[in-house]
Amino acid sequence: MRQLLLFISIIFVGLLFIARLFYLQIYTSTEHNLFEDNAIRKVFDYPKRGFVYDRNGTLLVANQPSYDVMIIPREVEPLDTLEFCSLLKIDKKKFIKTYNKARRHSPRLPSVFLSHMSKEDYAVLQEKMRKFTGFYIQKRSLRHYQTTIGANVLGNIGEVNTNDQKKDPYYRMGDLKGKQGVEATYEKTLRGVKGIKFIQKDRFNRNIGPYKEGQLDTIPEQGKDITITIDANLQAYGELLMQNKRGGVIAIEPGTGEILTMVAAPTYDPSLLVGRDRSKNFTKLYNDTIAKPLFNRSLKGVYEPGSPFKLMNALIALQENVISDTEKVTCYQGYKYGNRFMKCHCNYGTRNDLVSGIQRSCNAYFATTYRKILDKHDNASIGIDNWSKHVKSFGLGNYLDNDLFVGARGRVPNRAYYKRIYPKTFYSTYTISNAIGQGEVATTPIQLANMIAAIANRGYYYTPHIIKSIENETLPEKYTKPKYTSIDREHFEPVIEGMFQVYKKGTAASLQVKDIDICGKTGTVENFAIIDSLKTQLTDHSIFVAYAPKDNPKIAIAVFVENGYWGSRFAGKIASLLIEKHIKGYITRKDLEDWILRHSLENEYAKPYSGEPFRINEHTRLQLVEEAEYKQLKQQVKNLQNPIN
Amino acid sequence: MVRDTNKHFKFDWITIILFFLLVGFGWLNILSASHTGGDINYFDFSHPYGKQLLFIFLTFILIILLLAIDAKFYERFSSIIFIVSMLSLVGLFIFGKNVNGATSWYAIGGMTLQPSEFAKAATALAVAKHISDLNTNINSLKDQIQTFLIIIIPALLVLLQNDTGSTIVYGAFFFVLYREGLPKYYLSIGISVIILSVLALKFDALIASIVAAIVITGYHFMSKKKAPFFQLLFVLLLSILLSFGVKSFYDYILRPHQQDRISLWLRLEKDPVKLEAMKRTFAYNLNESEKAINSGGFNGKGFMEGTRTTGKFVPEQHTDYIFSTVGEEWGFLGCSFVVILFVLLLLRILHLAELQKSQFSRVYGYGVASIIFIHFLINIGMVMGLIPTIGIPLPLFSYGGSGLWAFTILIFIFIKLDSNKINEW
Repeated sequence: MRQLLLFISIIFVGLLFIARLFYLQIYTSTEHNLFEDNAIRKVFDYPKRGFVYDRNGTLLVANQPSYDVMIIPREVEPLDTLEFCSLLKIDKKKFIKTYNKARRHSPRLPSVFLSHMSKEDYAVLQEKMRKFTGFYIQKRSLRHYQTTIGANVLGNIGEVNTNDQKKDPYYRMGDLKGKQGVEATYEKTLRGVKGIKFIQKDRFNRNIGPYKEGQLDTIPEQGKDITITIDANLQAYGELLMQNKRGGVIAIEPGTGEILTMVAAPTYDPSLLVGRDRSKNFTKLYNDTIAKPLFNRSLKGVYEPGSPFKLMNALIALQENVISDTEKVTCYQGYKYGNRFMKCHCNYGTRNDLVSGIQRSCNAYFATTYRKILDKHDNASIGIDNWSKHVKSFGLGNYLDNDLFVGARGRVPNRAYYKRIYPKTFYSTYTISNAIGQGEVATTPIQLANMIAAIANRGYYYTPHIIKSIENETLPEKYTKPKYTSIDREHFEPVIEGMFQVYKKGTAASLQVKDIDICGKTGTVENFAIIDSLKTQLTDHSIFVAYAPKDNPKIAIAVFVENGYWGSRFAGKIASLLIEKHIKGYITRKDLEDWILRHSLENEYAKPYSGEPFRINEHTRLQLVEEAEYKQLKQQVKNLQNPIN
Repeated sequence: MVRDTNKHFKFDWITIILFFLLVGFGWLNILSASHTGGDINYFDFSHPYGKQLLFIFLTFILIILLLAIDAKFYERFSSIIFIVSMLSLVGLFIFGKNVNGATSWYAIGGMTLQPSEFAKAATALAVAKHISDLNTNINSLKDQIQTFLIIIIPALLVLLQNDTGSTIVYGAFFFVLYREGLPKYYLSIGISVIILSVLALKFDALIASIVAAIVITGYHFMSKKKAPFFQLLFVLLLSILLSFGVKSFYDYILRPHQQDRISLWLRLEKDPVKLEAMKRTFAYNLNESEKAINSGGFNGKGFMEGTRTTGKFVPEQHTDYIFSTVGEEWGFLGCSFVVILFVLLLLRILHLAELQKSQFSRVYGYGVASIIFIHFLINIGMVMGLIPTIGIPLPLFSYGGSGLWAFTILIFIFIKLDSNKINEW
C-alpha cells in the first residue's frame, strides 16, 4: 500500500486544482467586458455637438473650446508652485487642496485640476506647460450661446450624474448631456456618438499600443445641427416686453403647430450656465424660490384660464346644439343660481347673443350656456363627461406629447373628478365656475395657445412643437398630421366673430392694430395664495389670448402676466405688440410698447413677502421702471428693430 | 507486460509525447507572455520566447546524448555526479551571481546557469544509489540518517543561497523514502504537524489542542490495540506544545512581512484596508495572477489576446507565473488541459517506476515523479492562491534554460533506465 501515497496525492492535487480553476474561472468569473477591463484604456473622441439655429437660420447655439488643466498626481515632480499658481490664477491654499483631492481620488488616474480656463490663460500656460510634469491640458467643447435669449427654450448642458449613467451606459464620468430645453429633448441628435479607442495598458498604466490593432475602435459620429421653430427676433422682443413681469407667453403658428415664441419670465442669460461658474449660477437661480427663474411658466405654469375659456363653452354649446348664435340671454349684472349670485360687468338688463356675449365677456351668458350643456340630457353627470370630452379634444387637460422637455397636464374635470366632493347628487350649478374658466379647470399657457390655434384653424391643430428641421431627417408624423377637435367647422365662425368684436368694440378695443384683423379674448383671473397659513387674495392675473389675421391665421398667442390685474392691461398689450411684430415686422403701436416697457409689477410681487398688510386690484398703484432702465430697454428694442447684421 | 523489443520503440513514447506537449504548449505561453508588440522574430534572442526556442532546440541534442549513454553509467557514476553537483553548489558562494536576492547563478558569457536545478537530478540519482545499495536498510536509524544527509546537503546549500523554493523541493524525497519502507510514523507525524500548525494559526492554539485531544481519545477507543495511557498522554502533550509553539512562533518570532504572507494565505486578515495594502505590495503578483486567471473564464480570451498578459500586469509572468497566461488566454479548458497533462505525466512515470526490476531505477523513477509533483503542486497552487508565495518554476513550462534542461535530464535518464530494464535480470 506504500505505492499509493504518491498516486493518491497526485490525483488529489489534480482534482483540487481543477476545483480551484472551476471556482476562479467559472463560478466567480464574469463575462469579459472591455469597458470594465482595467488593462484596456478607453479613449473617447468626442464629436462636435450640433448647432442650434432659429427658424430664420440665425445661429443661436454653437460650441467653444474650453481648456481643463488635468493632473496625474503620482507623475507630478517638484515644481515652482508660485509660478504655477500665478499662471492658473489660484492661490497656494487652493493648489494644495486640489492636489490632495486629486491624490485621494486616484494617484494614477487623471483628475481635473482646474476647469474651463479662458483662452488667454490657456495661451500663456501652454508655453510653460512642459515645466510642470504630471500636468497636462485637456481640450473640451462647451456650448457657446450666440444670444442672451431663450434660456427656457434652448436649455443647457451639464455633466452627467450617476443617475444618468445608470439609465444610459453610453455616458461616462465627465461627459456632458443636455439637461433642459432642446438640449435635453434632442440630446441624441445633437450629441452624435462619441468615438472610442481601445488602448492596451501595461501595469504601470502606460499605453503600449492599440488593442487588437484597433479593430474594435470606432470613429465618432458628428452631432446633427437642428433648426428650431422659434423666431429669435420675436422671442427677444417678447422677453423684453416681459421684463419686470412674471408669466408666460406662447405664440404658435396655427398652420403648422410651430412654436414661434416661448417666453417664461423672469428669465436669465443662458451663458450663465456654461463653464466654470455653471454650478454657482445654477445654485443661485435654483435658490430663487420667489421669482423662480428656472420655472418654465409657459409650459409648467398651471393657471385657471379665466374668460378665454368661455370660447370653449360657446363652441361646445353650439356643437351640442343647446344654443343658437342668435339666442339672447339677459344679464342682470350677474347670474342668480339658487340663492347664490355670480357678478358680471354688463349693465343691468343687457341682452347678449353669442357674439356680444363674447365681446362683453358676459358671465351671465356663459353661466346659462354652461348649464345648458350640462343639463342637455337632464343629467349633469352625463353632461359634464360629455363637456369634458369636448374640452380634451383641444389638447387641454393632458400632456401635449411633444418635444418640449417639461410640461404639465393642467386639469379638465369630469364626473369622476367630482365624485369625492359630490358623491351622490350632482347638479350643473355645482360647477358653474367652469363656465367662466375659474372653477376646477386649469391650463398652461401653451395649452391655451394651442386651443386658440385650433379655433383659428376652425377645428384642428398641429401638436405644438419646437423642432423645425434636423439635418437629413424628416420630422415625425405627429407634428405634420392635423388633430381634429370634436367641434364641427361651422360652429367656429360665430365664436371667431365674437373674438373679432372683442378687438373692434369690446374689452380689447383699445389694443387695435392698424391693418390687422385680430381676434382675441381677455381674461382676468382671481388668484389666491397661502400667506402665513392664511388664504389671501392677491391681485388678479392678467390673461389674453388672440390670433391674427382673422381669416388667414399666422399667429396664435396666449399671454399670462401674473398679478397684472385685468386682461387688456398687461397681457392684451403684449399680445397685440407681438402679433404686430410678427405680421408686420415693425411696431406702429409705440404707445403700447412704451407703456409695457415703462411699467413694472415688481412691487406687486413683493407685497406678499413684505409682512405688512396690503391691498389689491383697484387699490394698487402701478410701479414705473426707473428712467435709466427704461432707456436701456428702449435701446434694446431699437437694436432689435435694426438688427446689426 | 509485453514490451516491443524493437529498437525504435523501446523508449516510453507516452512519456516523451507528454513531455513535448508540455514543452510546446509552455513555449506558446512564453511567447504570449513575453511578446512586446511588433512582429514576432523567433530567432531574436533578446526576447525570452526567442531564447526559449533556442533552449528547446538544444534540448534535442541533450536528449540524444542522454539516451545514447549506457544506462549503467547513471548508476555507476551517480556518486561522482552527486559530488560534482554539490561542488558546483558550493562554488556559487565564490563565483555566484546574485539575481533577485538569490545567489544561484553562474554567469558564463552571456548565459547564466543555475546549478541548483541540476542538483535535484543528482540528488535523485544519489538517493536511488544509496537506497538500492544492498547494505542499506531504510528501517535502520543509521541508514535513515545517511539518506537524510544526502538530501539535506543540497537543501541546505540552496537555502544558504537564499533559494527557499528549491529547498522545499527536497521535501519531495519523503515520498521516495516512504515508498521504500520509511516507518509509517514519519507520515503520521508529518501530516499531524501540518494539520496542527494550520489549525493553530487559522483558529487558535487552544482549538488545535482540543482537536488533538479529541482525535487521540477517539483513536484510543477505536483501535483494538490499546496503547499505554502515558504514551497517549505524551503525544497529547507534544501536540499541545506544538500548537502553542507554532502560534507563539508566528506571533513573536516571525517578522511582520512573514506574518503577512501567512495571514494572507490562511485568509486571516479581514481588514479591507490592510488587504488592499497587501495587494499593492508583496501580494501584488499573486493578486494580478489570480485576476488574470479569473478574467479568462471558460474559454479564455484567445492566444495572444489576453489583455492582462499583453499589458504585462503579472510580473515574472513568463517564469514562475506562466500558468496565469494559460488561465487568461486559454481559460478553464486550457488550464484543465495542462493540469491533466501533468497528472498523466506523473502517473505514467509512477507506473513505469513500479514496473522497474532494479531498485535503483524504481527509486530514481519515484524521485523523478516526486520532484515534478512538488513543483507542480507548489507552482500552480501558488499562482492560484492556494499556497503561500514560493518561487519555483513550473516544470517544462516556465521560461529558463537551466530548468528546462534539468527536467529534461531528470526525465530522460529515467526513460533511458526504463528502456534498459529488459536487460536487467
